[in-house]
Amino acid sequence: MKKVIEGSHAVAEAVRLCAPKVIAAYPITPQTHIVERLSKMVADGQLDSEFLCVESEHSAMSACIGAQATGVRTYTATASQGLMLMHEMLHVASGMRLPIVINVANRSVSSPLSIWNDWLDAMAVRNSGWVQLFVESSQEALDTTIQAYKIAETIHLPVMVCIDGFYLSHTYEPVDIPDTVAGYLGDYKPKVVLDPKNPITQGMMAGPKAFQEFKEQQHRALLSAKDVIKNENREFNKKFGRIYGDGLVETYNMESADYAIISMGSVCGTIKHILDEKKISDIGLIRIKTYRPFPNKEIIDLTKNLKALGVLEKDISFGIGGALWADVKTFVDKPVSNFIGGLGGRDIQIEDIVKIFGTIRKEEENIHWVGSQLKK
Amino acid sequence: MIEIRINGRGGQGAVTTSEILAIAAFKDGRYSQAFPHFGVERRGAPAMAFCRIDDKEIKLRTHVYTPDYIIILDPSLLNLPDTLNGLKNSGIIILNSKEKYIELEKKYKIIYVDATQIALDIIGKPIVNTAVLGALSKKTSLVSLNALKDAIKEKFSGELADKNIEVLQKVYDSTN
Repeated sequence: MKKVIEGSHAVAEAVRLCAPKVIAAYPITPQTHIVERLSKMVADGQLDSEFLCVESEHSAMSACIGAQATGVRTYTATASQGLMLMHEMLHVASGMRLPIVINVANRSVSSPLSIWNDWLDAMAVRNSGWVQLFVESSQEALDTTIQAYKIAETIHLPVMVCIDGFYLSHTYEPVDIPDTVAGYLGDYKPKVVLDPKNPITQGMMAGPKAFQEFKEQQHRALLSAKDVIKNENREFNKKFGRIYGDGLVETYNMESADYAIISMGSVCGTIKHILDEKKISDIGLIRIKTYRPFPNKEIIDLTKNLKALGVLEKDISFGIGGALWADVKTFVDKPVSNFIGGLGGRDIQIEDIVKIFGTIRKEEENIHWVGSQLKK
Repeated sequence: MIEIRINGRGGQGAVTTSEILAIAAFKDGRYSQAFPHFGVERRGAPAMAFCRIDDKEIKLRTHVYTPDYIIILDPSLLNLPDTLNGLKNSGIIILNSKEKYIELEKKYKIIYVDATQIALDIIGKPIVNTAVLGALSKKTSLVSLNALKDAIKEKFSGELADKNIEVLQKVYDSTN
């Protein structure tokens, strides 16, 4: 059924359809409406799940790890400081190869305190071994959260679905809610479970002779996620009739482009709007949906005939530049300018993006702070 | 694409106004989007919300800077310098006020609605969101009365839904 609902509620509907047995969460702006709605669904008997209102995000992830290890599907959601507090346990979840699914309603990180949107939270945990997916719309948030369980359970790694705080979490727009995910997502069938009748140890200590191979296997598993994500993107389309690029990247207006702007998340909608309204033909958009594992082959192929690129991102990796820019630079040997903007909820406006297009056309390579009020 | 800004005060229902409008516009067969200008929430402090309505899918996700309509839930907001910011020259103001603003009428079309009194009479609280939408529906082709009623039923339930629909109908009937 298609109706106008809040992005957070779209995510909650996706979680309800996937029916995790345990939900452990602590509320934090702008994630609150997701877990509030899930809590209501459990209380109203619409969702047969144990809802644990834990005392912190560290505990939320710990509870998910323990529950998932016993062989049930789990879920949590957080943002900002919550993700920071959870960071230690993110590594434990991926190291134990537990297919936990989280939604992060992206928000900045203190200090100074900001409740508003950027990607500083998700980018700070990009080395924690999780699949990281960034979505553009509420519909994509719902669809990707469903796919996340399938991806996670196939590769035995946890998946993080990032939705821009407020821009998606608090926006009402039309969303098609599937009646069921039966026929797409089956029951969770773990290979190894904690069972008192058949005791095993998980997440134990590994000495120098073994540890490195654990990490090598984790890296291999995360790389193998690329084919799985592409496949699930196609399978989802067969069942529900919605597809997002090839699952790793989505292109827009690239047919006759000499230049590309690379970005992620909801700001890509604004970029598409401008490309359409101003009938721009020399610039296209490459939207990275899958940030980890990084779609290096796709970026190389898509940019090989271009003159120059620009990377627009709502984060800063202090001491180098934008994290996404640094990743793109690793694989692209042509001018790539970096545009860092939208930090702490500053709205990236139409005029900002038009100006960015002009700078990309200059074929230079610099780091620009969008709308900076500081003297050079 | 039509862009609408709702200026109110915390507790008056600016965000709910935008949500009901977006739900109703979609029920009328159009695309819509509603979102709050999220601040540090306090009762009585100026609050803002936005809504977009179009015949095609809405991809734009910036705040609304040049609205076609501004819905003002509290006339005292006209004393603040930013309240009418960006309103298009042909723009329309829907104003919750008993008083007329003759000077402002020289520049903009104003639709008046005494929403506070009607809300107090029927709901017993000065929550004016459904009342202003009744006037908007009557005086513009933006959204139909039936779609607004259905949207209220989706957003509220029981007595609250009934009373809000009563407010909506009363404003619709009395606006001319």
